[in-house]
Amino acid sequence: MRRIISVLMENEPGALSRVVGLFSQRGYNIESLTVAPTEDATLSRLTLVTIGDDHKIEQVTKNLNKLIDVVKLVDLTEGSHIERELLLVKVRASGAQRDEIKRSVDIFRGQIVDVTSNMYTVQVAGTGEKLDAFLQALGEHTIMEVVRSGVSGIARGEKVLSV
Amino acid sequence: MELLSGGDMLVRALQDEGVELIFGYPGGSALHIYDAIFRQKGIKHVLVRHEQGATHAADGYARSTGKAGVVLVTSGPGATNAITGIATAYMDSIPMVVISGQVPSDKIGEDAFQETDMVGCSRPIVKHSFLVKNAEEIPEIVKKAFYIASTGRPGPVVIDVPKDVTNPADRFPYRFPEKVRMRSYTPAGKGHSGQIRKAVALLLSAKRPVIYAGGGVVQGGGAELLTELAQRLNYPVTNTLMGLGAYPGSDKRFLGMLGMHGTFEANTAMHHADVILAVGARFDDRVTNTPNKFCPGAKIIHIDVDPASISKTIVADVPIVGTVQSVLGEMLEMLKSSDEQPDQSAIVDWWRQIDDWRERHGIYTAPRYRTDGALIMPQEVIRAVYDITEGDAFVTSDVGQHQMFAAQYYLFDKPRRWINSGGLGTMGFGLPAALGVKIAHPDKEVVCVTGEGSIQMCIQELSTATQYHLPVKILCLNNQALGMVKQWQEMQYEGRLSNSVYEESLPDFVKLAEAYGHLGVKIDRREELHDKLQEAFAIKDRTVFIDVYVDPSEHVYPMQVMPNGSMRDMWLSKTERT
Ligand SMILES: Cc1ncc(C[n+]2csc(CCOP(=O)(O)OP(=O)(O)O)c2C)c(N)n1
Ligand SMILES: [Mg+2]
Repeated sequence: MRRIISVLMENEPGALSRVVGLFSQRGYNIESLTVAPTEDATLSRLTLVTIGDDHKIEQVTKNLNKLIDVVKLVDLTEGSHIERELLLVKVRASGAQRDEIKRSVDIFRGQIVDVTSNMYTVQVAGTGEKLDAFLQALGEHTIMEVVRSGVSGIARGEKVLSV
Repeated sequence: MELLSGGDMLVRALQDEGVELIFGYPGGSALHIYDAIFRQKGIKHVLVRHEQGATHAADGYARSTGKAGVVLVTSGPGATNAITGIATAYMDSIPMVVISGQVPSDKIGEDAFQETDMVGCSRPIVKHSFLVKNAEEIPEIVKKAFYIASTGRPGPVVIDVPKDVTNPADRFPYRFPEKVRMRSYTPAGKGHSGQIRKAVALLLSAKRPVIYAGGGVVQGGGAELLTELAQRLNYPVTNTLMGLGAYPGSDKRFLGMLGMHGTFEANTAMHHADVILAVGARFDDRVTNTPNKFCPGAKIIHIDVDPASISKTIVADVPIVGTVQSVLGEMLEMLKSSDEQPDQSAIVDWWRQIDDWRERHGIYTAPRYRTDGALIMPQEVIRAVYDITEGDAFVTSDVGQHQMFAAQYYLFDKPRRWINSGGLGTMGFGLPAALGVKIAHPDKEVVCVTGEGSIQMCIQELSTATQYHLPVKILCLNNQALGMVKQWQEMQYEGRLSNSVYEESLPDFVKLAEAYGHLGVKIDRREELHDKLQEAFAIKDRTVFIDVYVDPSEHVYPMQVMPNGSMRDMWLSKTERT
């Protein structure tokens, strides 16, 4: 099962390496990981996508909670939630291709954020699946470079993860 | 407010924290701190001969007192030499604070002389670590380090201190915080009363109960409560290697140790149990044998202060997160105020069954080793020392067959008396640990049970024993081989003894002991065993190295069958299997 675990932790040097170290040390896998400070500069918010059965995920969350730097965490996949990932992609775009790409970008509600006479840089946000679909729609031979941010997530409704 | 340099602050903070003893070894990056130690009186520093020795000595001090052990080492090789001892403490959840010098802040990352990333190296084997960035934060970091090391599930904490931070020329106001609060760290306290009630009901319904108690009971100060609980219910108790002493070893309800080299009755009773009360134990693979064959008919109650230990390998039916003291205390209260009683006739039958197992293969009902040969048997050495010390010694141990014989044949009636590296299995632990225990308990008999293999891993600490006049007994069960390795090679590799024997290269331990200024005693004749041991143990004011030549062919039994065995599948001797 794919799980999105959202972690609130002390914004301290070494904190991130403890989280990552825990995963390699205990043989858990990380599909993606994003981290940045929150509105409270002493805290970081980390979103981690991992895959495992219930037993494994229970161990992952218990061991994350044991890290002294971890203040709180939640498994977003336990409830309804919003997940987003940002994609930046450079594509070859010249001649007739340019219109076609623009149409795809519109369909996926993306934006062209940089342009030269031969290429576009496109930005799309959405779930991982949507980004996969967009890349597929572009076609392999037009793609020059892909950057994905990894998943960020937040619970739906009034539930918040805070201290 | 008083102005102090970082080095002085560190030492003062340790004093304010109540530290009496530091085990350490100096070097460049730690010299400001060492100078601060020289200029004060409150804390005694013990100079070891190798940083591994410092960590094990601090560990022995911690295990025998319950207080955090403190270690001070320099950067680079000093820090890396401490790693084995930190890992040893980590695996057994021992409170320890390790202060390591570091190269100056502006040199970090430049591959400076004696630079290693100590926070990085130690990360997987510490409960937490700190890299000090400026002197003003030292008091708070020290306070936090001791709080983290000694609360919840205890463990080692590293404080890495760059040299510039301790510079005597820079002074800052000093204030020691009375308390720390950490929003990200709240160790477990009381258990959930509803769960405890469920556990009590399940316990009272048991027909074949076993109490399985581990090191958490010793560390968590739960031995008295556990004993009261077991005696009130009249239920059998088994202890893990780490838990020996959590329940009195000489009491009739004690089944002996369980697990790989556990007794026949303990392992068999576990296998047939219908309710298991696991307290401060972690279902280690050396206990459970094959997990999916573990105790097939048992409902499991698991009390632990660490939620991550619960249902890690064996799923608990009634998990209870809390300190053993509070949970066992609450259980006892509930039992006392309840009118319900255990099913007496079922318990009588269960005890009859257990006594039958004891008669058949128990190691306490009859000697299960040769008693009529010419060679000294390792088991009888431990029995003799148990008798001579009246079961009241602190016994530290190294790792191997001698460790298992000590665990099986020295019966511990009190917690904190049996001090061994159970989780990591660190050869070299025994002697420095014994020194740490002796410093904390100068009037007590302290015996290090070791092998001629293990003792050579930290033998340099004989010199520390000389310097600080630490009269411990070193009892070497000399089988002239890495006995435990040899046993496995004989059982699983058709007797191919790959690199487990020394080919006449062993030192003369008597002369070696004498070279350090100690007394050496060699015992190699069976008829002399008792008298010579008596004589050696009569000496109270010198370190005595007792080198006992034991039957080199002896194996440790019982031994669980691996792989794919259940708890009750055991070898009982070289030829006999359950
Ligand atoms: C540092 C370390 N290295 C290797 C081992 C593996 N090992 C476990 S027991 C053992 C043999 C110990 O020999 P000795 O101390 O003579 O004890 P004996 O088994 O002979 O009683 C070895 C090598 C270990 N536990 N620790
Ligand atoms: Mg040996």
